[in-house]
Amino acid sequence: MAERNGLEGKLMTVEQAVARFVRDGSQIAVGGFTINRNPMALVYEIARRRVRDLHLVVHSNGQALDVLVGAGCVGRLEIAYGGNGRFAPTCFRFRKAVERGEFLVEDYTNNQMTLRFLAGALGVPFIPSKSGLGTDVLAREGFPPDVRGRDGVAPHKAHLMADPFDHGEDQVALLPALTPDVALLHAQQVSTDGTVRIRGLTFADLEQCKAATTVVVTCEEIVPASFLKLEPDRNSLPPFLVDAVVPVTYGAHPTACPYFYDYDPAHLNLYKAAAKDDDQWPVYLEEWVYGVESWDAYLDKVGGAQLARIRANTVAGYAPGLDRR
Amino acid sequence: MADTPERATDASGTTDAAPSPPAYTAREMMAIAAGRFIADGDVLFAGTGVAMLAATVAKRIHAPHAHIFFETGGIGPQLDELPMAVADPRVMAYADLNAGLVEAFSYVANRRLHTIAFLGAAQIDRYGNMNSTVIGDYDHPTVRFSGSGGACDAGSLASGFIVFMQHGTRKFVEKLDYLTTPGWLEGGESRRHAGYRRGGPLAVVTNLCVLRFRKDTKAMYLAERFPGVTVEEIVANTGFVLDVEGAGVAKPPTAEELRILRDDVDPQRLILG
Repeated sequence: MAERNGLEGKLMTVEQAVARFVRDGSQIAVGGFTINRNPMALVYEIARRRVRDLHLVVHSNGQALDVLVGAGCVGRLEIAYGGNGRFAPTCFRFRKAVERGEFLVEDYTNNQMTLRFLAGALGVPFIPSKSGLGTDVLAREGFPPDVRGRDGVAPHKAHLMADPFDHGEDQVALLPALTPDVALLHAQQVSTDGTVRIRGLTFADLEQCKAATTVVVTCEEIVPASFLKLEPDRNSLPPFLVDAVVPVTYGAHPTACPYFYDYDPAHLNLYKAAAKDDDQWPVYLEEWVYGVESWDAYLDKVGGAQLARIRANTVAGYAPGLDRR
Repeated sequence: MADTPERATDASGTTDAAPSPPAYTAREMMAIAAGRFIADGDVLFAGTGVAMLAATVAKRIHAPHAHIFFETGGIGPQLDELPMAVADPRVMAYADLNAGLVEAFSYVANRRLHTIAFLGAAQIDRYGNMNSTVIGDYDHPTVRFSGSGGACDAGSLASGFIVFMQHGTRKFVEKLDYLTTPGWLEGGESRRHAGYRRGGPLAVVTNLCVLRFRKDTKAMYLAERFPGVTVEEIVANTGFVLDVEGAGVAKPPTAEELRILRDDVDPQRLILG
């Protein structure tokens, strides 16, 4: 594409993006939500590189979280929800790892995590919220004192105060801002100048990307900048916030990428059976993550017919009538 | 996500609750009983599982002008197919608009709107406080659940919420292992004193009955048992002393309600089981 020059220095492979931007101990915000638009190609590469001690900061995460946890990549986790809807009311590797005390967990809520990213994006150190007053979400700290106050961990989980504008009649909880090292995102389209267009729901992806030091975007397709500029109202992120652009077809599989493909019920069921079982889990990792030679090989394993079944109707955005049992 | 651990796939409530025709399952009764709480024009925040079913049923049967939205940012979708999670692309298809979490929570908390949330949890106490985080000690849990998702937010910010639970002594407990979602806290005026301006649990719909909260004490009481279920059975499945004074019997689902639920809302029985 003639206009691709605008991506000079940004266009790279999954391997290059992870090698350059994701390090042991990095604080990572993961895009998407449970079974929708998880940056799975990046996640698999992080797992393959055996990155360790990641500090994940997420709201409701499902597949990406569970693979990273199950592959031993996570050291700290700030999270609102670890589940995959009907496929995993609680993510299986996440559940086992927490029960075994394999890493540190700090619980927040979806609204709280979203506000914390928004605060990071806006450059304010904290943000008030009325979620969770009187609950253990605010009362109980999951991270021990010795990890607090450094390495991107706030000295306190939250701080309660009276509303200074109403003579103290109202209570709010102040929440610390988040400024992750890296935000990982899978989007439908990135233009030849690096503009990002997300279709469907944006979750907290925009806040996460704007709060992060580095933004890595995988995408289904690269399209001419002139095309995205025809309807700038529909664009999601400007080129100057994007550090790496990686075209990866089906890059969110087995989670959905609206208007391109649905979530893959067959794979999520296969995943569930493996993730529940400590003996089967390493087999899954070897077969679907470590032992996969290339993204083409991964898609071949999923199979052409299955990829056709989950292909989204371009009007509805999902695959109508898909057998989701 | 405002979903609950276990409940979404828990099939323990799917045995027939009543011999009288038309036959129906406890889960079908739950979805329809909860749908009846919805007034036409309400704005509904739906979590995953039975909650989603109830919101969809309410819109198709009891409240066609209700607006359903999801914390993921799907606002007013058509819901031709039942979503399996709040991030299912089916929550965005043919919607009023699609956005993200900031927008969704600004509708949950919006002072102009009467928003009712549908939630669930692993444990609930007599004041409708809920746990969806851990069983056991928080620092060394014996069971880890999904966590709050948006449940705590909806419990904090919405105009009110309706809870779905399977009835059992391990779920209806004297003391929660962890308080994730605020109900009436310690009862009486304690919710207001904690800093909340509105909201609180309106009802709990289980596989056995509908429970509500007394106006003054905010303690849970048995409002309606489902047809074929005894008061003794409900009391025996509740882990705290339950107020059963004045309890009635719920109206069974009509053939039309069941037809819509089975044929239109969940034909693949993804949530009905």
